[in-house]
Amino acid sequence: MSDPTEANGTAGSAEAAGPAESGGGPGRHVRVVLVDDHRMFRTGVQAEIGQTEQTGVEVVGEAADVDQAVTVITATRPEVVLLDVHLPGGGGVEVLRRCAPLMGDAEQPVRFLALSVSDAAEDVIGVIRGGARGYVTKTITGTDLVNSVFRVQEGDAVFSPRLAGFVLDAFASTDAPPVDEDLDRLTQREREVLRLIARGYAYKEIAKQLYISVKTVESHVSAVLRKLQLSNRHELTRWATARRLV
Amino acid sequence: MSEAAAAPLAEPRPPRKLYRSSDGRWLGGVARGLAGHLGLPVIWVRLVFVGLFMADGLGALLYAAFWFFVPLGVGGVEAQKPPSPLTAETSSDGRRRLVARRPDKGQIVALLLMVVVAMVFVGNVNLSGGARAYLWPMVFVGAGVALVWRQADNARRARWAEVGRRRRTVTLLRSVGGVLLVTAGVSGIFVLQGSAAHLGSVLQAALAVLVGITLLAGPYLVRMTQDLSEERLMRIRAQERAEVAAHVHDSVLHTLTLIQRNAENANEVRRLARAQERDLRTWLYKPEGTGKDEADEPTTLADAVRHNAAEVEDKHGVPIEVVVVGDCPLDERISAQMQAAREAMVNAAKYGGEGGAVQVFAEVEGKTVFVSVRDRGPGFDLGSIPADRMGVRESIIGRMERNGGTARLRAVPDGGTEVELEMERAEKTS
Repeated sequence: MSDPTEANGTAGSAEAAGPAESGGGPGRHVRVVLVDDHRMFRTGVQAEIGQTEQTGVEVVGEAADVDQAVTVITATRPEVVLLDVHLPGGGGVEVLRRCAPLMGDAEQPVRFLALSVSDAAEDVIGVIRGGARGYVTKTITGTDLVNSVFRVQEGDAVFSPRLAGFVLDAFASTDAPPVDEDLDRLTQREREVLRLIARGYAYKEIAKQLYISVKTVESHVSAVLRKLQLSNRHELTRWATARRLV
Repeated sequence: MSEAAAAPLAEPRPPRKLYRSSDGRWLGGVARGLAGHLGLPVIWVRLVFVGLFMADGLGALLYAAFWFFVPLGVGGVEAQKPPSPLTAETSSDGRRRLVARRPDKGQIVALLLMVVVAMVFVGNVNLSGGARAYLWPMVFVGAGVALVWRQADNARRARWAEVGRRRRTVTLLRSVGGVLLVTAGVSGIFVLQGSAAHLGSVLQAALAVLVGITLLAGPYLVRMTQDLSEERLMRIRAQERAEVAAHVHDSVLHTLTLIQRNAENANEVRRLARAQERDLRTWLYKPEGTGKDEADEPTTLADAVRHNAAEVEDKHGVPIEVVVVGDCPLDERISAQMQAAREAMVNAAKYGGEGGAVQVFAEVEGKTVFVSVRDRGPGFDLGSIPADRMGVRESIIGRMERNGGTARLRAVPDGGTEVELEMERAEKTS
C-alpha cells in the first residue's frame, strides 16, 4: 500500500524527525517489545518491522499476557512497547498500571503505543488514560507503524483519526462542569488540530492548513494527550462509551 | 381433510385437546373451553353448570375440578361461531392472541348470577341447622380460592399475552383478598366447630405447624428457586452464545471460503475482508446491535454515515474510514446532507481510490452538522469539468444549497480532494 493511506503517520514523523531530533535520520534505532496474545499477529508484526537494518526497529522481546509482559519489559527495558488492549490477565491497562514506575523513569523512560483492533471507546480511552502515548489500529501498514514507533520514542503523541474522534467526543461533553478548568477543556486550537487529525490530515498538512509549524502541531497534540491522561473527568470513559463512538 | 375444507376458518389441526379458554371467560374459562371443545354454544354449557349446581352443588365441584385439571389455553372457541364479537388474531408463532380485551361486563354479570344462584340454592336446600351454619364459611373459602386461582391463570396468561404487567398492585390486592377470604372461611369453620374459646389455641397450633413446615421446607424451596433462576440464566447465556456462534459460523466461514476461492483476485479479497470486518465490528462493539438489521433505514446521523460508507465501500471496493463525533437524529436537511455525502464518497471512491482509503469525518456541534469526505487521489479542478457533467454541481453543491447548507470542494496540498459539507439542523430537533 502506498504512503498516502496513513500519511498522517508518514509525513508527520518524517517532518518531525528532521529539525526536531538530533538523533533522527537513517541511523536511528529503537528497541521494541511486542505485547499481544495472538502469536500470529506478533509474528506478522515482527516480520514487517523487525528487519533492523531497514527499519531501525529491533524487537527485543515478546509477551502474550500481563505477567509475561511486565517481566519482559522490566528485564529488557525497551524504549517502546507495542501494547495490545485486550490481554489475558487484566488487559493493556493492567500492564500500564504495573509498569507505571518505568514510564516515569527520567533516564530511560519506557513508552507505550497501544495497538488494537478494538472499536470500543472505553478500551481505547482506557489505555490512553493509563499512560499510553498513542493508539493505532492493527490495520496500519508496516511503514506507518515504524514511523509511529519512532514518534512515540521521541516523546510525541500518536493520534489516529479514530482516536482523535474519541477524544473530541469525550471532551465535547458539556453536561458536567469541568472539575479543573485548565485540564478539562481543550483550547480552540487543540480542537481544530484534533478535528484535522480526525479528517485524516498529516501533521504537515495540518501545519499548512493552520499556518503554524509542525512543532506547534506536535505540542498541541501532546497537550491534548496530557489533558486526556490527567483530566479529572471520571466520567470521560463512561461518557464516551455511552455515546458508542465509531 | 374434508372437515377442515368445509369450515373456512379452521386450519387442519391435530386432534383437539380440551383447554380452558382465556378469552371472553367469566370465571375460569371452563364453560367456554368446554363449549369450544364440544362445539356447543357457551350459554348451554353455562346453563348446564348452573343446573348441576342446583343438584347439591355438583356443578360447583365439577367446575372446580375442570378448573384445576384442565390447562389454560386459547384453543377451541374461535373455530366455532364466536358467541361474542371477539377479535382474535393468529400471531406469528401460531398462537391466537386477543387483540382488544375490554373490561368484561361478563364477569360482573357472572358474579351477580352466582350470588343469585347461591341464594336460590341456599333457600332451596334443606339443610339441618348445623350444616347450614357451615355454608357461609364454605362460600368464603370458595370465593377466596376462585380469586386466587383466577389470579394464577392471569399470571400464566400474562406470560404469553403480555398483559397485566402494569397492574402489580391490583394483582397483590387480589391475592391478599383471596387469602383473607379463605382464612376467614376456615376460621369460621373452626369457630363453629368448637367454641370460640378454642380459636386461639387452634390458630396457635396452625401457626406452629406452618412455621415448622416453613423451617423444614424453606431451605429446599429457596435452593430450588435459586437453582431454577440459575438454570434459566445459563440457558439464556447458552442461547446467546449459540446465536453468536451461528452468526460467526455463517458469515465468517462463508467469507473465508469466498476468500480462498478468490485468492488471486486481490481486490475481491480485500472487499470481502472489509465487509466481514465491518459486520463483525457491528456485532462485537454495538451492544444491542445484531448485525442482522442492516437493511433497516438508519435514523441517526452516525448510522446513516456508516451505512452509506459501507455501501459505497462494498460497491467500489475502496476502503472508507469513518470517524463520527457526536450524533443527532436525521431530519430532512440532514438527510439531504447525507445524500450529498454519499455522492461525495462515491466520487472519492471512483476517482481518488487509488491513493488509499477514503476518509470520512462527521461531527455534530451544537446545531451544525459538518461532514468531510477526503480522498488522496490525483485531485481535480471543479472549473475544468465540462459544464454538462452535473454530478458534483448538482448532486453535491446544488443539493446542499437547495437545503440551506454549504458545500466546498478543495484540493488538498499534497494531492487529493476534500469535500466539506455543512448544514444547520432543523429547528425542532434541537
